[in-house]
Amino acid sequence: MTFMTKTLGTVAALALSAGAALADPALIYDLGGKFDKSFNEAAYNGAERWAQETGGSYRDIEIQSEAQREQALRRFAEAGFNPIVTTGFAIADILGQVALDYPDTKFVNVDGFLPEVPDNVLLINFQEHQGSYLVGMLAAMASETDTVGFIGGMDIPLIRHFGCGYAQGAKAANPDIEIIANMTGTTPTAWNDPVKGSELAKAQISQGADVIYAAAGGTGIGVLQTAADEDILSIGVDSNQNYLHPGQVLTSMLKRVDVAVHDAMAAGTDLETGKYMTLGLAEEGVGYALDEHNEALITDEMKAAVDEARQQIIDGELNVVSYYENDSCPALNF
Amino acid sequence: MDLNTILQVLDSTVRLATPLLLACLAGLFSERSGIIDIGLEGKMLIAAFFSAAIAAMVSTAETWQLFGMELTWLKDLMPAVIWGMFAGILAALFLSGLHGLASITFRGNQLISGVALNFLASGITVLIAQVWFRQGGRTPSLISGGRFEEITLPLAETLRPVPLLGPIYADLISGHSILVYVGLLMVPLTWWVLFRTRYGLRLRAVGEAPEAVDTAGVSVTGLRYSSLVITGVLCGLAGAYLATGLQAGFVREMTAGRGYIALAALIFAKWRPWYALGACLLFGFLQAVALRYQNIDLGAFTVPVQFMDALPYVLTVVILAGFVGKAIPPRAGGEPYVKER
Repeated sequence: MTFMTKTLGTVAALALSAGAALADPALIYDLGGKFDKSFNEAAYNGAERWAQETGGSYRDIEIQSEAQREQALRRFAEAGFNPIVTTGFAIADILGQVALDYPDTKFVNVDGFLPEVPDNVLLINFQEHQGSYLVGMLAAMASETDTVGFIGGMDIPLIRHFGCGYAQGAKAANPDIEIIANMTGTTPTAWNDPVKGSELAKAQISQGADVIYAAAGGTGIGVLQTAADEDILSIGVDSNQNYLHPGQVLTSMLKRVDVAVHDAMAAGTDLETGKYMTLGLAEEGVGYALDEHNEALITDEMKAAVDEARQQIIDGELNVVSYYENDSCPALNF
Repeated sequence: MDLNTILQVLDSTVRLATPLLLACLAGLFSERSGIIDIGLEGKMLIAAFFSAAIAAMVSTAETWQLFGMELTWLKDLMPAVIWGMFAGILAALFLSGLHGLASITFRGNQLISGVALNFLASGITVLIAQVWFRQGGRTPSLISGGRFEEITLPLAETLRPVPLLGPIYADLISGHSILVYVGLLMVPLTWWVLFRTRYGLRLRAVGEAPEAVDTAGVSVTGLRYSSLVITGVLCGLAGAYLATGLQAGFVREMTAGRGYIALAALIFAKWRPWYALGACLLFGFLQAVALRYQNIDLGAFTVPVQFMDALPYVLTVVILAGFVGKAIPPRAGGEPYVKER
């Protein structure tokens, strides 16, 4: 009984209602927060689109600390939500354990890795290096100084994966290009330090970079701002960030987390689990953004070259080396 | 490494050191009066938010109304960025007041009160930002008029051709926002107030031996509150510089631990104003070098960037451990003053 009271107390604390309708989906955002203008916001947009299309409802939670991951997963599972969609690689480990306790609930994780995937878990990964390759080509073609920059957030393999694809794309478009790559830091504060992002951008600009790709969450906002202030081009990431500084953002590397979340929610309890799903260029899981804010920056020639490379990657004629393959990058030293 | 590169690194040093310096001097005032202030981070953060939020609102004053009142006159009175700065200072003062209330009036634990303020600031900024702007805990990007512009000092361009000194003047000394110069001026001012005025003597005394000050008939509580006011103003300036000087808006947790580095700098500086300038410039320089050179190749071995990032803390620990001189904090620091009866 005491355990029950405690459980109910936690439910209340999480502001979840235990009496929610059965089989509504639930969504757990990673630490960056729901409206990060990037990764988690894409997940939110996907869920909202699903809700609008079907008139269904879903629950979501922005966790505030590492410890809340397991708590949130268990509460949603106890309350009967299905499927439970989570974003960010960091929750994957605990999700793998929790999933075993709730075999009837389906779990989805975006970006995570598990050595063994439980039968009720679907892990969705994106071929970020392919999308980054395309924006790398665009960057190299737009650069007048033959120098492009890359600013990563926290120094983790995933972000190196982004940088590696970018460098290969830039080298493909212009073999003489110089690529300056920096990471913001090695702790989670590196995702939310726009001041440091600005300084890094200024340092890269002073070394000649005139297009900078920011794969750095909230830190990227500082990079894009400085690029606009100093009148050079920047490249956004995850969500379409072209509108933040119209005419100054060359393009954005799209990672369609929204599509993944939308499709998972739409499949509902019929979702196929127990496997990895990899979304690349062919599945339109990644790509580059072209809209009214940047159409003047992308010439027909650039577009033709990138679309050709895109088709070659889809057909398997062109192989973009993944950083994960042997933890190193052929085009860039980190 | 050519002159240009050195100047760019030093330029970046000045920008990175300024928020540290303002926060460090803020901490210096409060710790010299015997109030340990671990809440510098929170005060900077809340000041950063309110300065950006108010600057954003005032710079777009024509688009909204307050109780049916037109507000465009705000913009005519003062530039939006100045409104923002004052709002930031007020917000930091409010947190300072809370800290004083908890740790002076109610004699609570100063560390706990400071930590609580950090949490409060971290949560409330995002909450208010979301309610006001609906952009996920951010403020809208500030347009010109809502930001501190870089100031070009007189004759900067005329003197540029002068060898060595010309570029130093034009690139390094000129071309910062006003708050950088304010921050640098605060150093001699702090020194003068602390060591050359009666108020400063009392302030230092109240941090060492409050009972002596009390015996002399001077209010311990009053002195400590007054030092917290100065702390609030300086933290407000630091936050405003982050959000409206270096950046064009507020992002959640944008102080990213600078309040704690400022505390480390304060210990490193042994609670002295000129040393504080040196410590903050050193820490800023280390950051600037780490940002400019990812890994430094010294031939025989490579210095990884993580080492540069950790160096401020390592240096502080070395100083605290007493290897290089001794860092002795004000004696009454952390102790609520209880009048003997």
